[in-house]
Amino acid sequence: MLRLESALRARREAGGKILIPYVTGGLAGWQDAVRAATAAGSDAIEIGIPFSDPVMDGPVIQEASQRALDAGATPVSILNDVRRLDVDVPLVVMCYYNTVHHAGHERFAAQLSQAGIAGAIVPDLPLEEAGPWCEAADAAQVATVMLAAPTAPDDRLPRICGRARGFVYSVGLLGVTGERATLAGTATALAGRLKPLTDVPVVVGVGVSNADQAVEASRVADGVIQGAAVVRRLLESGADAVGDYLSEVRGALERHWPTR
Amino acid sequence: MSEPSATGRFGEFGGRFVPETLVPACQELEQAFRDAWDDPIFRGDLAAILEEYAGRPSIITECHQLGARLGIRLVLKREDLNHTGSHKINNVLGQTLLAKRMGKKRIVAETGAGQHGVASATAAALMGLECKVYMGAVDVERQALNVFRMRLLGAEVEAVHSGSRTLKDAVNEAMRDWVASVESTHYCLGSVMGPHPYPWMVRQFHRVIGDEAREQCRERFDADPDVVVACVGGGSNAIGIFSGFVDTAARLIGVEPAGGAAVGRGVPGVVHGMRSFLMQDEYGQVQEAHSISAGLDYPGVGPEHSYLASIGRAEYPTVTDAEVVDAFQLMARTEGIIPALECAHALAWIVRESGSLQGQTVLMNLSGRGDKDVAQMMEILS
Ligand SMILES: Cc1ncc(COP(=O)(O)O)c(C=O)c1O
Repeated sequence: MLRLESALRARREAGGKILIPYVTGGLAGWQDAVRAATAAGSDAIEIGIPFSDPVMDGPVIQEASQRALDAGATPVSILNDVRRLDVDVPLVVMCYYNTVHHAGHERFAAQLSQAGIAGAIVPDLPLEEAGPWCEAADAAQVATVMLAAPTAPDDRLPRICGRARGFVYSVGLLGVTGERATLAGTATALAGRLKPLTDVPVVVGVGVSNADQAVEASRVADGVIQGAAVVRRLLESGADAVGDYLSEVRGALERHWPTR
Repeated sequence: MSEPSATGRFGEFGGRFVPETLVPACQELEQAFRDAWDDPIFRGDLAAILEEYAGRPSIITECHQLGARLGIRLVLKREDLNHTGSHKINNVLGQTLLAKRMGKKRIVAETGAGQHGVASATAAALMGLECKVYMGAVDVERQALNVFRMRLLGAEVEAVHSGSRTLKDAVNEAMRDWVASVESTHYCLGSVMGPHPYPWMVRQFHRVIGDEAREQCRERFDADPDVVVACVGGGSNAIGIFSGFVDTAARLIGVEPAGGAAVGRGVPGVVHGMRSFLMQDEYGQVQEAHSISAGLDYPGVGPEHSYLASIGRAEYPTVTDAEVVDAFQLMARTEGIIPALECAHALAWIVRESGSLQGQTVLMNLSGRGDKDVAQMMEILS
């Protein structure tokens, strides 16, 4: 089993819930944010590789991506910085498929593995198109996380789970990344459909916007991803605010499901 | 022209690179389109609406003055005479009829020059659908008249301020809307691009241009043209007219703007759901296109064009903004036809290459009328 999945399973087996924050690579303060997120009890950290056309992202992560690109961030510069990060949780890149395609599947997988990256999330690469990348990633010991969406018919979900490595990314709502006032009903509904199908951890992401919503989603799922809520704090206030926020979420999860 | 493969490929181009949320919607759309296209009732309804509402068939016009001047026989396919003033209406009437059939209540669309947005707003008004159009903030500025037109027709127009604030960003925003609204909404994509089945479906809705033109040329000149020329943004008017002539000996020419030459300067990449030639930097960031014409300001191109280029069946040269401005005025003065800036690209290539085309019959797709561009030209020429 790959490193990402064993780390997440370890949390689940110890009775706790999985917490995975997302940080846009190349954005001012991002490395400090990754360190703060680690200290706050994250189980893995997603590092976004900014792309010019992020169709799955709402205004906050779009803004962060644009700022990172304007500051000169490239996939290569971010992976070089990752090598120097020295954090002890698995790191997962979140990147759009053209970044992978342009580098070439084998080359990109090798670059990730050389940088010590444990997994990859490619949100515009659905099951039907994912084969060649998944093979290259498997060969390089990089876990390809698959996304499942609320629109999926029942017969599609087992195939997604079967192809998922590390965890299944259970998309919380119909829509793009961004904070919402309440947790969408689709978040727990989809996680509830996925859980009986797989032993791979099921983690809800997109639209989980505060500690209460993290707890609500975790009643059904194995844990949550925190994206726009983290990136907005990094944009507005810096890495310390990210650490404070994630400590609050971790604290809330621990109160309900203490890690032994 | 044949159907794409089961995975939506034309050769190695095309596919369906969309967020997981949209996969079932694309599958459903593909099935609905297949059923509708095979259904004589749907085809009959579409043919009737194209005739009685859009004004099809569009005529062909021989340009005697301009042809004599250039030493060629120049023939125009008059898509500018369709209702709403461009070829875009063919596709939009097809898609909205299909959306109704699928039980959708709302459409979203992207637009560059505003022609696809106007056509979408028009069809939505006709069919009682709610309509929202995304348009880059730069294009909202330079195509103000079309923005007002869309609003008159009852559509909501949203200016997009992200990225290059042109067509590519309008597509991103329309896709984001669709990800959130997919259950009630049909995405009425405006060119032969995007995820499968769009490039194929939109081509089928536009092939009426080529099918008519082929018949009209045979009737009028008793021959196929030697050269068929169209401008290429995403490539819908070009693929529409090419469809009628792919299996003839005619040369097929798709003219791109020098600042948006996906085939000429691009390498294969993936954006907006498709694998195709794409202008991008050394890390795969999509580059901004720059063209005088909002409708061609797009860094990608439909996958079937990439395929036609890769097998050598069609050619994709470029023209400069300056050549386009000259061609625009030339057509107005010699033929009394003000072309859209987009199709002035096709004419600019014909003018430049006329030396090598002597005595040949050149069929050009006049994809739209230039009224929308008059204010912009007034500034450029003053
Ligand atoms: C008149 C006209 N021609 C051509 C185009 C370009 O689109 P396509 O390449 O899909 O034909 C546009 C787009 O706005 C247009 O308005």
